[in-house]
Amino acid sequence: MARKKNRMSQEVNAGSMADIAFLLLIFFLVTTTIASDKGILNVLPPKLDPKNPPPEIDKNERNIFTILINANDQLLVEGEYAEADGLDEKIKLFVLNFGQPNEEAQGLYNSLPASLKAMSRRDPESSDHPGEAVVSIKTNRGTSYDRYLEVFDLAKKAYFDIYAERVNLRTDEYRALTGKDDAEQSLIDRGKEGIPMAISIAEPDKIGS
Amino acid sequence: MAKFSKKTKTSENIPTSALPDIIFMLLFFFMVTTVLREQEILVEQKIPQATQLQKLQKKTLISYIYIGKPKNTGLYGSEPRVQANDALLTPADIVQWVNQERDMLPEADRNMITISMKIDRDVKMGPISDVQTELREADARRVLYASVGKVQKD
Repeated sequence: MARKKNRMSQEVNAGSMADIAFLLLIFFLVTTTIASDKGILNVLPPKLDPKNPPPEIDKNERNIFTILINANDQLLVEGEYAEADGLDEKIKLFVLNFGQPNEEAQGLYNSLPASLKAMSRRDPESSDHPGEAVVSIKTNRGTSYDRYLEVFDLAKKAYFDIYAERVNLRTDEYRALTGKDDAEQSLIDRGKEGIPMAISIAEPDKIGS
Repeated sequence: MAKFSKKTKTSENIPTSALPDIIFMLLFFFMVTTVLREQEILVEQKIPQATQLQKLQKKTLISYIYIGKPKNTGLYGSEPRVQANDALLTPADIVQWVNQERDMLPEADRNMITISMKIDRDVKMGPISDVQTELREADARRVLYASVGKVQKD
């Protein structure tokens, strides 16, 4: 009996090794923050040069889709009080309105898939064609960042939906395109062609903040 | 017969000698993928949610700026502050900071610098627009509003 015990204890006791490794594993599991560089890309306008003031822009009011957000996070879309739900659909209808298309825009219209053509209402009160359409977001200094990002997100969604529809992809598939090879780049370009993503962020006003 | 019974006795316990190896493999995976915070975040960070997220390709081009209410309100007050690198900045320092960050990049990439703005969701647009004005001044116009994915309802 005693001899048998001796023979057993010749092996190094490695049973607790797993426990130690588990402890370390759990430590790293808890402390890990997988770095995520995801977000919404925005390009700011160039800085104001006092010597060269920006050229006066005389766009027709119908070509600008105005979204105002006040200090209470309420939305005023095209002069009407609105909720954020369905804003992306409104922007899509606005961009694809084709009220008074010029020759080039008519060609663009003919190249669109049927589902996007159906969105065109030819409303003379709305945008002339996608090349002219601008979505303007104006906030107040008291607007919360959360609300601003939500609206900006919806405006981006409207454009990405249109782009994705043109190249026959789902929106998330189109957004995941990085342009690292020529095939992806040409898909991106085909989606964007003739429809610039014109989202203008106006300087916030100070009233009521 | 005695020998036979002995043999069955030893084979009763499950061999767990490979278990530590498996666990170590997992451990090494997490050790390698872990990015330890090299800087302490001095402001609150509750990143807002959004749906239209994009990933940036070149991570070396990104510089981070943090905006939020200071965690240590006794020392820094309760108004939202801007943090870059390890210290809190005033908006006037941002141009200088951007230039420092830009000097660290290779010359060909300098105009492609992207500022990732990690902004707490409770911050108002006022301080953010001040920072953006400074970024325009510094000609660092590519901005990424850091956000996390939202689960869509439909």
